Amino acid sequence: MSEDRAEMSEDGGESSSPSSATKPRGCDVSGGGDYLSPSADQVLDNVLDNVLLFLTSRRDRNAASLVSKSWWRAEALTREELFIGNCYAVSPRRVTERFRRVRAVTLKGKPRFADFNLMPPNWGAHFAPWVAAMGHRYRALEKLCLKRMRVKDEDLELLARSFPCFKELVLVCCDGFGTSGLAMVASKCRQLRVLDLTEDDVIDDEVDWISCFPEGETSLESLIFDCVDCLIDFEALEQLVTRSPSLKKLRLNRYVNIGQLYRLMIQAPQLTHLGTGSFSPSEIVAQGDQEPDYVSAFAACRSLVCLSGFREITSDYLPAIYPVCANLTSLNFSYANISAEQLIPVIRHCHKLQILWVLDSVCDEGLHAVAATCKDLRELRVFPVDAREDGEAPVSDVGLLAISEGCSKLQSILYFCQRMTNAAVIAMSKNCPDIVVFRLCIMGRHQPDHITDEPMDEGFGAIVKNCKKLTRLAVSGLLTDRAFSYIGQYGKLVRTLSVAFAGNSDMGLKYVLEGCPRLQKLEIRDSPFGDSALHSGLHHYYNMRFLWMSSCKLTRQGCKEIAQRLPRLVVEVINGSEEDEMEDDFFDVLYMYRSLEGPRADAPRFVTIL
Amino acid sequence: MEVCRKTANGLDGTELRLGLPGGGLEGDVVKNSAANGKRGFEEIVDLKLKLSPKGTCTNYMDQSDEKVVKISPKDKKFLPCSNDPPKPPSKAQVVGWPPVRSFRKNILAVQKSSDEEREKKIGSNNPVFVKVSVDGAPYLRKVDLKMYKSYQELSGALGNMFRFFTMGNCGSQGMKDFMNESKLMDLLSGSDYVPTYEDKDGDWMLVGDVPWEMFVHSCKRLRITKGKEAIGLAPRAMEKCKNRT
Repeated sequence: MSEDRAEMSEDGGESSSPSSATKPRGCDVSGGGDYLSPSADQVLDNVLDNVLLFLTSRRDRNAASLVSKSWWRAEALTREELFIGNCYAVSPRRVTERFRRVRAVTLKGKPRFADFNLMPPNWGAHFAPWVAAMGHRYRALEKLCLKRMRVKDEDLELLARSFPCFKELVLVCCDGFGTSGLAMVASKCRQLRVLDLTEDDVIDDEVDWISCFPEGETSLESLIFDCVDCLIDFEALEQLVTRSPSLKKLRLNRYVNIGQLYRLMIQAPQLTHLGTGSFSPSEIVAQGDQEPDYVSAFAACRSLVCLSGFREITSDYLPAIYPVCANLTSLNFSYANISAEQLIPVIRHCHKLQILWVLDSVCDEGLHAVAATCKDLRELRVFPVDAREDGEAPVSDVGLLAISEGCSKLQSILYFCQRMTNAAVIAMSKNCPDIVVFRLCIMGRHQPDHITDEPMDEGFGAIVKNCKKLTRLAVSGLLTDRAFSYIGQYGKLVRTLSVAFAGNSDMGLKYVLEGCPRLQKLEIRDSPFGDSALHSGLHHYYNMRFLWMSSCKLTRQGCKEIAQRLPRLVVEVINGSEEDEMEDDFFDVLYMYRSLEGPRADAPRFVTIL
Repeated sequence: MEVCRKTANGLDGTELRLGLPGGGLEGDVVKNSAANGKRGFEEIVDLKLKLSPKGTCTNYMDQSDEKVVKISPKDKKFLPCSNDPPKPPSKAQVVGWPPVRSFRKNILAVQKSSDEEREKKIGSNNPVFVKVSVDGAPYLRKVDLKMYKSYQELSGALGNMFRFFTMGNCGSQGMKDFMNESKLMDLLSGSDYVPTYEDKDGDWMLVGDVPWEMFVHSCKRLRITKGKEAIGLAPRAMEKCKNRT
């Protein structure tokens, strides 16, 4: 039992051990021969409650809750922010029974690899049971953040009706709802400050949700809807912006053209974060034949630090943003198919830039320019215009090397390319010692170093060895078991590892499972790891949030053995297609995770829980 | 027993045809040739090597992307596992690889392909519906440009359509012209109304400059504007308008 408690409260803070949930609460059994009178006890409890209020980190709180029963109880009553990293690790009922005064909830559902169509869409992660339980118990709820959950319009309606103080809704990579659900939230959450929709798949019900915000001044501080791919009523939006004096963050979708953007900007010069919408004209300008003065509109936004959008950019208009470049800390061009020539005049003003997202259309040359100017760069993401294995990718090891030489403070990188060398990766490992997140995607499977023709083992080995703060790693290219031995040997802080088309044998996975004590999330596809490798992680699976393995060399029997050895692990084997029945030994995906609840009741037909 | 994964479109099964490397699928050919001169080859040569047809292409913006249709396990023995070192000569696209989310691929594809879809539509006998707005009219209308063979026919139809709308500030002479005139182009000389259209580059152009067929190909929507107030045409079109009136 104690082993369970220690292992399951690592990270996440989802829950305590199962046994403590059944013990009577509020009953201090510790004193057989009582020294403390009840009133002294209560004083202690009050002190504890007040002290614990200052404890905000969930890891600290988890530790505090293990001290004793009274600490457990006090912590449970004072925890206001709940983080649930896997919605199936714990049930809504258990959560709402333990924590009584919650004001903010973060809830995560589907595994990340589900984003890439590796399993059918109706796998689960339903928000409905959560909103039902919380609507009942957490009337004071103010903030909700959901990631990769299935959220229905009815759920949003229930949310809007259940929480009178509701202030912030953040939905990331969610689906299942439409503009009708958004209309509910807009119209009924009268204290709404934040409505952030990021990378969601929103159904177009043709409901004009922007018009559903109530009349009069709003408390809106953040309205992010660039992923909502539906027409909106621009006049309603303009009026909303006009009556939202606290609005600081506004990210428009691609149906807002640049002329409309201008009208919004002059209403809201106080913006700090702006998503520009399409950034191209599509309507006749109403006032004569002069274009509005976009430059002055941008110049008026003196507080602007974060710029994104450019969804259908007409690059002639790019000079309009020059006035804000010097202040920008974050710039997202990842929807703008611009060349190096078009990027350079912009980027050379961006001395303070810390976060940059671009498409590889900017080429190595564009990255050179970034390296020359953006000395404070912390995060770089380079996405492919042509996301195919054998496409043309105009960025390569040359660009990576340039970035490493210019941006020594780099902490996080995501880089898609077709050609890479060990030398460039090794150089980055030495030039950028602060790297915490290193995700390199060489798009051709099994691609070696394009100059030496060797595997990419040494490059990734250097990253885990030299980047001592590394917690997240994604590997690609031709990799042998040696790369994994490096990861196991040096990657002592690695929490998240993504592997695809890599390794030679079971040894690869064994190195990682045996060598990386902090490993939390492991996602592997199309790599030759089998049952024996899977078994080598038995000592560690309770410490992990999940393990995903698809198209590897596992057998159903091998997975079943894991399930039998670790009763608190839910072992799901999933068919890639909804139509197929589960046959024989065959399955596409193994997804397993620790849970207090046992097999979930809402598993669809293509999921078998062993 | 090995667990391998290959997918196929349920309709075609697995097809093998001879062809050039590149692995592009039919639907991609049009897009690819725009993106990369090399790919143009595939348009000329009819034969293609296809190991994994349409349903598995990760950058094809299509509903079939959402459903991953698999072949039965028995067939798996005959296909290479994805982790075999020797690659097939033409790279079959693998599901979910590279790991770029579909909305990110879709958006760029939408920008590139919307023009191409229009091209395809025009080529066939499919109707070409465009919205028509007239300044001052409360409702928009839609016309199928394929129903008409000339500007004259179009203007007659539009005149009929908007006959019963009141037009706010328009002068009575302008109104009469619009309702009585069968020739849209005559409006340019006599009245306040300027017929314009948005072409596929997003520019607003004067109606009547280009041959009728070309107009049908490039017109995205029509707007009959009041010449004196609401002109923000592409500069060249503006000049022409001034010269005519």
